[in-house]
Amino acid sequence: MTMSQEFLLTLSVAILVLPLIGFVLVAFFTKRLPRHGDWLETLLISVALLLSLFVLYHKLYDYPGTTLTLNFTWVDFHNVPGIGPLKIVLGFSVDNLAAIMLVVVTLISTLVHFFSIGYMHGDVRYGRYFAFLGLFSFSMLMIVLANNLFLLYVGWELVGLSSYLLIGHWYEKKSASDAAMKAFITNRVGDVGFFVGIMILFGTFHTFGLQEIFDHLQAGRMPLGSEWWLTAAGVLIFCGAVGKSAQFPLHVWLPDAMEGPTPVSALIHAATMVAAGVYLVARTFPLMTADALLVIAYIGAITAFISATIAIAQNDIKKVLAYSTISQLGYMVLGLGVGAYTAGFFHLVTHAMFKAGLFLGSGSVIHAIHHALHEQHDHHTDPQDIRNMGGLKSKMPITFWTFMVYTLAISGVPLTSGFLSKDSILAGTLAFGSLTGHVLIPFIGFLVAGLTAFYMFRLVILTFLGEHAKPDRLALVHESPKIMTVPLVILATLSLFFFFSFNPLDASRGWVAQSVQRPASVVPAHMAAASPDVFAEAHHHAHTTAMILSLVVAGLGIGIAFLTYHMKKISAETIAQQFAPVHRFLLNKWYFDELYGWFAVGGTLSLTRALRWFDNTIIDGAVTGSGWLTKAMSTISGWFDTWVIDGAVNAIAYLSGFGGLVLRKLQTGKVQTYVVLAVVGVMVLYFVMRVV
Amino acid sequence: MELTFLGIGVLTWITFLPVLGMIIVLMLPKEQGNAIRWTSLAFVTLQLVLAVVIFAKFDRTLTGINSQATMQFVEKATWIDIKSVAWFGRVHIEYLMGIDGLSVAMVLLTALISWVAVISSWTIDKAVKGYFALLLLLDTGMMGVFVALDFFLFYVFWEVMLLPMYFLIGIWGGPRREYAAIKFFLYTLFGSVLMLLVMIALYFSVNVYIDANGTLYSVAEAMKRGTEGLEKIYTFNMLQMMDAGNFIPGSLLAGVNTNWRSLAFIALFVAFAIKIPSFPFHTWLPDAHVEAPTPISVILAGVLLKMGTYGIMRISIPMFPDAMIQYAWWVALLGVISMVYGALVAMAQTDFKKLIAYSSISHMGVVTLGMASMNTQGMTGAVFQMFNHGTITAMLFLIVGVIYDRAHTRGLNEFGGLMNQMPKYAAVMTVAFFAALGLPGLSGFISEAFSLIGAFQTFRTLTIIGAVTIVFTAGYMLWTLQRVFLGPLPDKWKTLTDMDAREMVMLVPLAAIVIFLGIYPSPALNLMNASLNHLAGLLQQAHAGSMLGVY
Repeated sequence: MTMSQEFLLTLSVAILVLPLIGFVLVAFFTKRLPRHGDWLETLLISVALLLSLFVLYHKLYDYPGTTLTLNFTWVDFHNVPGIGPLKIVLGFSVDNLAAIMLVVVTLISTLVHFFSIGYMHGDVRYGRYFAFLGLFSFSMLMIVLANNLFLLYVGWELVGLSSYLLIGHWYEKKSASDAAMKAFITNRVGDVGFFVGIMILFGTFHTFGLQEIFDHLQAGRMPLGSEWWLTAAGVLIFCGAVGKSAQFPLHVWLPDAMEGPTPVSALIHAATMVAAGVYLVARTFPLMTADALLVIAYIGAITAFISATIAIAQNDIKKVLAYSTISQLGYMVLGLGVGAYTAGFFHLVTHAMFKAGLFLGSGSVIHAIHHALHEQHDHHTDPQDIRNMGGLKSKMPITFWTFMVYTLAISGVPLTSGFLSKDSILAGTLAFGSLTGHVLIPFIGFLVAGLTAFYMFRLVILTFLGEHAKPDRLALVHESPKIMTVPLVILATLSLFFFFSFNPLDASRGWVAQSVQRPASVVPAHMAAASPDVFAEAHHHAHTTAMILSLVVAGLGIGIAFLTYHMKKISAETIAQQFAPVHRFLLNKWYFDELYGWFAVGGTLSLTRALRWFDNTIIDGAVTGSGWLTKAMSTISGWFDTWVIDGAVNAIAYLSGFGGLVLRKLQTGKVQTYVVLAVVGVMVLYFVMRVV
Repeated sequence: MELTFLGIGVLTWITFLPVLGMIIVLMLPKEQGNAIRWTSLAFVTLQLVLAVVIFAKFDRTLTGINSQATMQFVEKATWIDIKSVAWFGRVHIEYLMGIDGLSVAMVLLTALISWVAVISSWTIDKAVKGYFALLLLLDTGMMGVFVALDFFLFYVFWEVMLLPMYFLIGIWGGPRREYAAIKFFLYTLFGSVLMLLVMIALYFSVNVYIDANGTLYSVAEAMKRGTEGLEKIYTFNMLQMMDAGNFIPGSLLAGVNTNWRSLAFIALFVAFAIKIPSFPFHTWLPDAHVEAPTPISVILAGVLLKMGTYGIMRISIPMFPDAMIQYAWWVALLGVISMVYGALVAMAQTDFKKLIAYSSISHMGVVTLGMASMNTQGMTGAVFQMFNHGTITAMLFLIVGVIYDRAHTRGLNEFGGLMNQMPKYAAVMTVAFFAALGLPGLSGFISEAFSLIGAFQTFRTLTIIGAVTIVFTAGYMLWTLQRVFLGPLPDKWKTLTDMDAREMVMLVPLAAIVIFLGIYPSPALNLMNASLNHLAGLLQQAHAGSMLGVY
């Protein structure tokens, strides 16, 4: 039965709103709801999942080539001088990309909700935790459905908020609240770029709508009138993705974000939110110029490489996974950058399944060890340190076997979903290398594939195989409850090839590849990357080579991992000692945190203190100074007034008084004296006149 | 649009209701503290009701700005009329009030913030009678500034506001209250003097015709009608001052882009910049805020600061569009410096209230930048930001007050872990802080975004520099949140109680407005849209005129 477009759109909006309702209800009434409302939030997200599956099915079958759009006027500026009628129209669109993402987000979210019921059992802020999961799901779905830069940005910041709140879930710990803050602020750095990109496009086209912007570009209108700004806009929007998807150089927040509860790491910091950057690039792909895409490709490659090298040296189970996430996100970004659009997005989908699984699996391990240690009153052993693990295979068989499937998938072993998507990206890098001559890109791509296989198997071997590092400590470890293992099994199943393609070696006939095609570029032909046809041809040619090469490097990586950590033929300690500086460099994560701590954080704080001094001393000093000056002037004028002006007046008065005093002596009142004086006077006059 | 009660216009009511309240308060015996409080609350509540009536009746399509015909709720009477004063000629001053899209948001804000401030003043114990009398007088002064359309009247209200503020800080303030009060008073007075000079210069540069009934005619209207029966006079009428045709040829401020006009614009700008306060005229603000009691800080940040930017948009831009265009870059520069500088200095503060004071400087810088954009989006962002900053910063100061009332300290480094101790407080503060750092879904984001988007279309580099502020703002806001709420709870704060009902009553409505306008800003934006389109149009005409060499 064919569903009407309106109906599917209504359902999509319902999918968006359901978790929001859950958030509001649980946030306000958590104390009054039974079980703090976990069932309510879980129920709503499960309904959202079912609706998403329904929408996806009907979207792909009924409207495979149509974009369903729902727009509304949000703000009306009416008749704006210089522009004319201006309305801010916002809206939601469901195309194949969005429909698939709806399912990915609600699926992982639902599984994480169920898993959390077990994992977070007895937590101090159990209700609040579920409320924020709802807020996150809503915000993430907003990004998925938005058809304009404005709502994208809104969702973008709101996922940042929920990430902040959930990383800082155990905010009594300083490290947790620090990590939350670091995540938010680092993301904001990228967001400045994103926002400037939006300003460039809105400033020229006066719309936030992506399709409208594409139409303007297609018609040859350039942002701010120049082609340079078009590339700039693309790169700036990508800055947002650099922050959110933890790409070099803003990747530093993601490993710290592991301070949050592990299911949160699975949902937000592995499967969905961090992939939003990749989704953003996919959404804005048509306006990316060849230069912008080259930047994107290199950033992806550098990120994949740096984080893979760091992952090798880490000992915290979640840190290893965090760096592997960054590395895999680098792959996706790389895939989009080289033009392997479908492959990049496909990897997002497959990665969401197996990486969420890896995190939930690690959560199952941590949960088990934590409780075992707790029962023995051991509060010193780190439950996340893989050096304290080993031999968990027999104690936690379901966790182990599912973890194994995910590891095979991320390492790119055939029959898994990861093999299909990664292989496709690697073929894309080869094609890109052959088309443009940037051979470093495929080189890094294959190198990282080998590194990934190596560090993932190192993790599995140290955690699950071999002997217990501390047998007595782990004696009480047992398999997690069903509510946690069932999601693991579901995700493991979804990490196999047949969900995505019936051919285990080639995904290009699979439904994802069929329904998500690279969109046509809207930038002027001379600025665009190789056209989809040319690229597809090269991609096809590279496929077999890429497959063989990737199998070789993955095999090498797995082999060396077994030789080193299982059979102990190669001593990791010896190598670490021989290359001590390199090992230290990797262990310390290339010193990015130190560098940023010194320059960005330290520099800003010094600047703020300097400015505070400047404000108090110079600016306010000028104010106080002018006040002081006025007072000084008034004192001087007071003195002048008293001593000079008034002094002159007084002096005249004094002088005339003195004169009077002297002359008074003459006025005696005696006639004889007057006669004598008159005679003397006449005589004086006489002589004076004689002389003259 | 007219609206009267008992034959008196609504704007007179809304302006002078607090004075009525003040008279009653003064008649009450000073021991009757509660009677005084409830009387004050009754009058500000009534004022708020009138504000809501105005909001409901306001016609969203009328432009206002420079035409009296499209001003709303206009009240007009001859106030001072002296037939002939030597060479002065006839002095005719009008009691002219009216509002348009520019002022209506400020009228609403003033009524709202005054209401909140009275509730927040409940705990004031010292000389209650004097306090509330002055608070109500201050309210009248503020409201008057936003509704006056005659420059003389505007100036009177502007000064009326000053004196109660001086005493409210100087008597009910903190330890260094006298220093802060005098600094505030002198600094503002300095600005007032500049404004007075410009006002007088304008007075002697503008003439209009008046008929026997006291109706004013602009020169153009008089020429059309014929001048018999009309008398030529100087005027303080602001709307007439915006009409370039009324300037007397050869007078001081006649012409376009003359030196005298530049000087007058700059003097007026400084007068208003002190109030905003814009860098480098801002240092009175942190002192005044730190010393002022909580409700006075709320009024100061919530309403008083807006008068600076309001003055520029109401007076400077329409009267000196040529100079505004000429100096827009410099205005924008000061806005950007205020944004970045305010945020950075805020980050270095350890006194909670001082931090919020500097954040105000930063947020008002956004208004200055948006205003300088001279286009509809930027100016809409600016006016909306004025409103949002009023509500958000009022919340922030109330929040500081709540904790200060309990802990008697504002040292940021002394707190921690209050999230579990005071959950309601934490929830409200989280909303306020995220609103202040521009989180989408809360009102501050929309106004900041439009200010920046508008400004970008006029000044690219400056706006990009300004946009960096959003990182710094997130930095100091989250850092403050962490220092106050997160981490372990120190033993000495284990006795702190959560917010009581009164505190909820003043904070929750503000939070609700912040959230509502963050999701659906149209009710606010529609109010101002027509006026701001008109203002942007005026600037564009002036720009086109100056390009052609004519005005």
